[in-house]
Amino acid sequence: MFIAFLWAIISGNMEALSASVMNGAASAVELLISIAGIICFWSGMMEIADKGGITTFLAKLFSPILTKLFKNVNKDSPAMRYISLNISANLLGLGNAATPFGLSAMKELKTLNHNKDTASDDMLLFVVLNTASLQLIPTTLCAYRANFGSNAPYEIMPAVWLTSIVALLAGVTVAKAFSKAGG
Amino acid sequence: MNFIVPLIVVTFVAVGLIKKVPVFEVFCQGAFKGLKTVVSITPTLLGLITAVTMLRESTALDSLTSFISPFAQRLGFPAEIVPVAILRPVSGGGSTALLIDIFERLGPDSFAGKIVSVMAGSTETTFYAITIYYGSVGVKKIRHTLIAGLAADLTAVIFSVLTVRLFLI
Repeated sequence: MFIAFLWAIISGNMEALSASVMNGAASAVELLISIAGIICFWSGMMEIADKGGITTFLAKLFSPILTKLFKNVNKDSPAMRYISLNISANLLGLGNAATPFGLSAMKELKTLNHNKDTASDDMLLFVVLNTASLQLIPTTLCAYRANFGSNAPYEIMPAVWLTSIVALLAGVTVAKAFSKAGG
Repeated sequence: MNFIVPLIVVTFVAVGLIKKVPVFEVFCQGAFKGLKTVVSITPTLLGLITAVTMLRESTALDSLTSFISPFAQRLGFPAEIVPVAILRPVSGGGSTALLIDIFERLGPDSFAGKIVSVMAGSTETTFYAITIYYGSVGVKKIRHTLIAGLAADLTAVIFSVLTVRLFLI
């Protein structure tokens, strides 16, 4: 905002700037109202998926891959359970459910790490998995796209999937490489 | 690709019915949670959209973009995506406000609009995730978490340009 103010003085745009303060706030509320429909709809669908057991199903599906990734976590431990539930809730875009699972997973991983205040390889990997986004339907994004008149709000999905998987692999590879090097 | 979304909807409802979930009731509960999400992002987004609108009207954003433009063109991507790419790991709301600005001016189906869409869909706010998860268990030495997280973000930026060039134009 300070940059905007200074720049407006330099470039003599103060009139447009003062109008933009009001327009910006008003258009933000209009935008949020118009995307609310799509977000509520998907949120409802994902709730059905969750209650129908799709989250637990996905968690079971990922468990073998995750067991390979997390070297020091036992397959049947609560830590592994929370990790896989966190990943599958993220995949369904259930952010409200994913975070509590993730926090429980971190707590378990810290116990496995003898409560040190340095991150273990497994904790590090788990956080990296959470800094990359794996989401089946990027609902909020598609809602914005629809609102601004996209002809195909959902067409970007396959590109999003491919990009997130490659990005995730890159993150995991870097994490593993540094861990191996003893960093 | 038109079948993906309807297919997901039908699958979810079918699984719900098979598992004897009270589908409509649960749908309404979930939709209400969605409404809460929208309400909870309103103040942040309102503030940041106003700030970005001010930046744009003051022409500061245009000046930055035209400064980056020659480099960006040589590498084959629109300069508009650079501010989004930089802000994305640091501030979810800030990068969303910039994304909306691009949608408004160039449209979500423009080259830049598609790239920022893929970028936003495939990345998270890296710094936020690190703070939340390590903060919750009191871990202070995060070792190479940030490097790995930012490596993933950089890969996502490169691949969002590549995938859009290959599949979506």
